[in-house]
Amino acid sequence: MAASQQSVAPSGTSPRSRTGTGHSQSLLARDRRFGYLLIAPLLIVLLVITAYPLGYNVWNSFHHVNYLLPPLGGFAGFSNYAELFRAEQFVPALLHTLGFTVVSVAVETVIGLSLAVALNKKFRGRGIVRAAIFIPWAVPTVVSAELWRTMFDPQQGFVNFLLTKLHLPLATTTWLDSQWTAWGAILVADAWRNTPFMAIVLLAGLQVIPSDIYEAAKIDGANAWQQFWRLTLPLLKPALMVALIFRTLQSFFIFDVVYIMTGGGPGTSTNVLAYLNYKAFFALFDYGYGGAVSVSLVIVALVIAAIYVRVFRTEEATA
Amino acid sequence: MTAATEVAVGRLRRRTARAATPWQIARRTGFFALLAIFVIVSLFPFYWIVITSLKTPQEINAGTTSLLPGHITFSNYIDDFTQNDFIRPLLNSVLVCGCTMIITVLLAALAGYALSRTNVRGKALFLGFILLANFFPVIAMVGPLFTVYRRIGFLNTYPGLIIADLIYTLPLATFLMSSYFSQIPRSLEEAALVDGSTRLNTLRKIIVPVAMPGVFTTAILAFMLTWNDFLLALSFMTSPAKYTATVAIVTLGQSPYQTFYNLIDAAVVIISVPIALLVLFAQRRIVSGLTAGSFR
Repeated sequence: MAASQQSVAPSGTSPRSRTGTGHSQSLLARDRRFGYLLIAPLLIVLLVITAYPLGYNVWNSFHHVNYLLPPLGGFAGFSNYAELFRAEQFVPALLHTLGFTVVSVAVETVIGLSLAVALNKKFRGRGIVRAAIFIPWAVPTVVSAELWRTMFDPQQGFVNFLLTKLHLPLATTTWLDSQWTAWGAILVADAWRNTPFMAIVLLAGLQVIPSDIYEAAKIDGANAWQQFWRLTLPLLKPALMVALIFRTLQSFFIFDVVYIMTGGGPGTSTNVLAYLNYKAFFALFDYGYGGAVSVSLVIVALVIAAIYVRVFRTEEATA
Repeated sequence: MTAATEVAVGRLRRRTARAATPWQIARRTGFFALLAIFVIVSLFPFYWIVITSLKTPQEINAGTTSLLPGHITFSNYIDDFTQNDFIRPLLNSVLVCGCTMIITVLLAALAGYALSRTNVRGKALFLGFILLANFFPVIAMVGPLFTVYRRIGFLNTYPGLIIADLIYTLPLATFLMSSYFSQIPRSLEEAALVDGSTRLNTLRKIIVPVAMPGVFTTAILAFMLTWNDFLLALSFMTSPAKYTATVAIVTLGQSPYQTFYNLIDAAVVIISVPIALLVLFAQRRIVSGLTAGSFR
């Protein structure tokens, strides 16, 4: 290939330099083609399972695709989106989901951060403690949901048993049968499983902070509290941002725990967006309305991610 | 930290340990008490489901009276495996997770190699897309894929679920593999290339063996992430014979009048044990993969 380029090179230019660039260009092109070839399978699969469904949902959301009410495929304009706000369930579910996300992420961040700080200290048996605390993250969400459903059961559960033994109030509560106690149970099941993830990511962030800056701070007379707020937290920001984005979006997409523990009930009082969306597909068979819910989920998720990136970037700029 | 400062800090620690004031003792006690609470909260629920899974139906009806198991019976485990055929969903899960894991490692290794070693254009764009895919709501795949699967006969099949499950694993695996490949010195493969090996052969014979620890980490994480799936199997597997373990658990022990927690919890114990063992033996690997993957 390089040789053929050399032969067609017009006389008058330096043949040597032409050959050089021609040769390296073809090598580079071959290298690039090889690279694209290796990436292609992954890219195709990912596009098929993300971009294609998203596009399909957008198309569905602007058409009548209710399998219980044919004909299908007529243009619907914005009526599916209008339905979101006309139907009684979407706005409450959106508020439930946002509220749950804020509370669960806040709880998990505070506990996860204190766990990470504690595990960052050296003490005997740290490896075992770390493994013990890590195990809840490793089990499936279905396990955490079933496990806490057992724990909160009025008959079989540990929670009411403990409250009775300690002569505390609420010992006869049927936790999953009213809105706020049900939310409490969902929160516990979610935090129990996901706080370890927060702790692990934050611990990794703490471990890259050099310890001599703390020595310097101590010499300068900073107490533990000041060291935490002035040194640890700012230096932990990259890890914190990663953990927060991951956990916020996962929380926002919560499905398994709600499906298993409450089924969105009592009534629709613990309904969340992912569950509402599932019901739109498998109970209402309305893929137009369901598509509109899916598209809204994606949009809100993007907005959340963008807010995080913006907040952390501006803080970095002002710091 | 230099050796000298380390010695100094150590000496300082020993001195403070010797001259521990009541305040310091109280603080240390508080610290370990807090750790103990965390460990108990993490592990006690497991104890509770284990003892619940060992209860007889009569004890279940009688309600909780003690922290200790009463009559220990394994009949719930036997019932799960015989009457409720829980072995089948377990095998389904193993099959689906195993295939997803293998496909994930293959695709991610190829793409990760290309990202770290070739001059493809648009790397930043591609990585951005991977990052977005990582945050894609799985429920948004369900409606369209259900429609398509029904049309092409993929509903209630293993390949259908395996393809969908790749959403959990591919983004993280790609980040991991590309970071592992970029840690391998280039001189290794250059030597092989000079000796006339083709690039694909070099990748297979030189790079992959060196990257094996990274491949293992990616494989373990891919398996765990897929094992966790509930929503996709619930949506695409329409007959009980094809249920995965997580979906089957939810259908166990339900009667119109009562929930049999002994049967549910026996199944919960069964699917938690392999994961707990995995964590105990590969904790370091899992944690390093998880954090390396999330810091990119």
